[in-house]
Amino acid sequence: MNEAILEVEGLEASAGGKPILRGIDLVLRAGEVHALMGPNGSGKSTLAGALAGRPGVEITSGKLRYRGEDLLALAPEERARRGVFLAFQYPVEIPGVSNNYFLKSALNAVRQHRGEEPLDAMEFLSVVREKAALVEMPKDLLARSVNEGFSGGEKKRNEILQMLLLEPTLAVLDETDSGLDIDALRIVASGVNALRSAERAMLVITHYQRLLDHIVPDRVHVLAEGKIVHSGGKELALELEERGYAWLEKEPKQAEASAQ
Amino acid sequence: MSALAKAGERWQALASAEATRLGASEAPVAGALRRSGLDAFAAQGLPSTRLEEWRYTNVAELAAIPWQPAEGRAPEISRDAVEALASPVFACGLLVFVNGRFVPELGALRSPEVEVISLGAARRASDPRALQRIGTLLDVKVHSFAALATACLDDGVCIRFPAGARLRQPLHLVFLSASADVAPVVAHPRVWIEAGRGSEAVVVQDHVSLGSAPAFTNSVTELHVGPGARLSHLLLQREGGAVFHVSNTAVQLERDAKLAAHVVTLGGRFVRNDLSVQLAGEGAEAVLNGLFLCAGTRLVDNHTFVDHAVPHGTSRQLYKGVLSGRSRGVFRGRVLVRPQAQKTDAKQSNPNLLLSDGAEIDGKPQLEIYADDVKCSHGSAIGRVDESALFYLRTRGVDEATARALLVRGFAAEVLAALPEPALAEALVDAFAERLGAP
Repeated sequence: MNEAILEVEGLEASAGGKPILRGIDLVLRAGEVHALMGPNGSGKSTLAGALAGRPGVEITSGKLRYRGEDLLALAPEERARRGVFLAFQYPVEIPGVSNNYFLKSALNAVRQHRGEEPLDAMEFLSVVREKAALVEMPKDLLARSVNEGFSGGEKKRNEILQMLLLEPTLAVLDETDSGLDIDALRIVASGVNALRSAERAMLVITHYQRLLDHIVPDRVHVLAEGKIVHSGGKELALELEERGYAWLEKEPKQAEASAQ
Repeated sequence: MSALAKAGERWQALASAEATRLGASEAPVAGALRRSGLDAFAAQGLPSTRLEEWRYTNVAELAAIPWQPAEGRAPEISRDAVEALASPVFACGLLVFVNGRFVPELGALRSPEVEVISLGAARRASDPRALQRIGTLLDVKVHSFAALATACLDDGVCIRFPAGARLRQPLHLVFLSASADVAPVVAHPRVWIEAGRGSEAVVVQDHVSLGSAPAFTNSVTELHVGPGARLSHLLLQREGGAVFHVSNTAVQLERDAKLAAHVVTLGGRFVRNDLSVQLAGEGAEAVLNGLFLCAGTRLVDNHTFVDHAVPHGTSRQLYKGVLSGRSRGVFRGRVLVRPQAQKTDAKQSNPNLLLSDGAEIDGKPQLEIYADDVKCSHGSAIGRVDESALFYLRTRGVDEATARALLVRGFAAEVLAALPEPALAEALVDAFAERLGAP
């Protein structure tokens, strides 16, 4: 069996004092792409936050292991340097910090951890140009402040660009498809597919099936009220698209039986 | 008698002695100026915190120090030393002042169209041309420190950009505070700039210091921007931690004149800046762009006054403060729109970033509008480092301390990016980050 990249065991977490995750079990192995679907408020983003170490997401019980290492003992930057990447649902605007400077700082922080030499300005420029072309990112967005004044689609492309630069081992995409038109969706998906490999694992969080037309998952999980209520192959996504989530939420046991 | 009153008397005695020493052979207009300054200072004394304008800024520490004129106390300064202190070196015309005294041999003027007259030389040569307009843009009766500077008028510079002159390079005025011993020295550097009709120029007024002895710079700058002229002026304060700096800058804008007044304060123990801009001609435009950094136990106080005296004037003010340690900052921005100043468009914004619990900022924007067809807005805000941005950076592998520094740098960059000389702007971003960590 391939190496377990991410192991989630009985994970319970709360945000703002309110329990959100109520016992998640999930294993992602090298080479796998899993989709996590579920209605609003089911806890998808809280799980993403727990993986990245978001302040305010309080782990109350359970374990998170990344390549055998306890993820909960690591600060967000330490997770990132080891190869955990979260593409944000709402990328943050940082006025006054140029995208280029930001991307270079991030890449060199990760490279340093890997024992690689930092890239100088010229080397960085050639790498970033190559990756930016993959997500069809206009050049001027590199010179502008991070995400400031970017359209929704440009922000998401910027997330994928960061992912392509940092080459993570575990990529978590939190509703990267939300608010994207079909062209942007295609660009984002091709960026993700470019990174897909036998060494990596990806967790694609989405509300809709349409992203999964472009990024075909190995497994699909349905999250409802803080629990994975159903798991299946890629065809589950199509079924969800057709029938909605209600049949799983209302009668999870029965739904499980009917699906089997 | 209060300590402040005693200090006031000491200053008067000092000014009188200076007048006697300097007044022997000079243009009578200089003596008259000094007397008007002394009278105004005697009437006001040093400002107490009972005055609204000085409510948050206590001059007691400044008043307690026995300042002496720098006369004869200046060490030998080389051109290299000046360039090192006022780095980076960029293509410019250079004028150097040591303890307020113009030292022509340390500088180099590259633009033949610029007229530069040393006030000291003009005084001694009984050449009143350069002195005639000194003090005309500033009311010494309400500015106690400007009155004191006028009472002690010694040297400085009068610069004229003739009509239509377009300077290809900035003019860099470097004011160096330096003492050969540990005696606390005071200087009252005086700058008058006349930007003639349709001229275009960039002036960097750069204050630096050498050594760790206490120094007091009490500077007065007057800028007259003629019709259609464009003047960009940067007051840059990057002195050491033992320097007290009080500056008064007064500007008058004629018809369609454009001013960019940048004030960047990175150093000094105690800094008070008064910047007053009058839009005296229709269609005039003023941009006031400020950044102040307060660290340790320092105090930086910025007071601005924008006077819309005629219709169709535009003013834009952005003052940003960054405070750490147990420092204190003050921003008070007053915008006056007079009854006849219809179609005025005035904006003022003062966001501040507090980096510690011990730091304190008093922000007070003030709009006084007496015309009815105007567009005016103002705002002052105090914030901390954006936690969501911090998390975002950390998820990209950037450690927390670096991420914080990056965010603060970003906050400052908006002001610094607007500076007229890119090489200087870039160097100041780094200097800013460096000073941020200093005690």
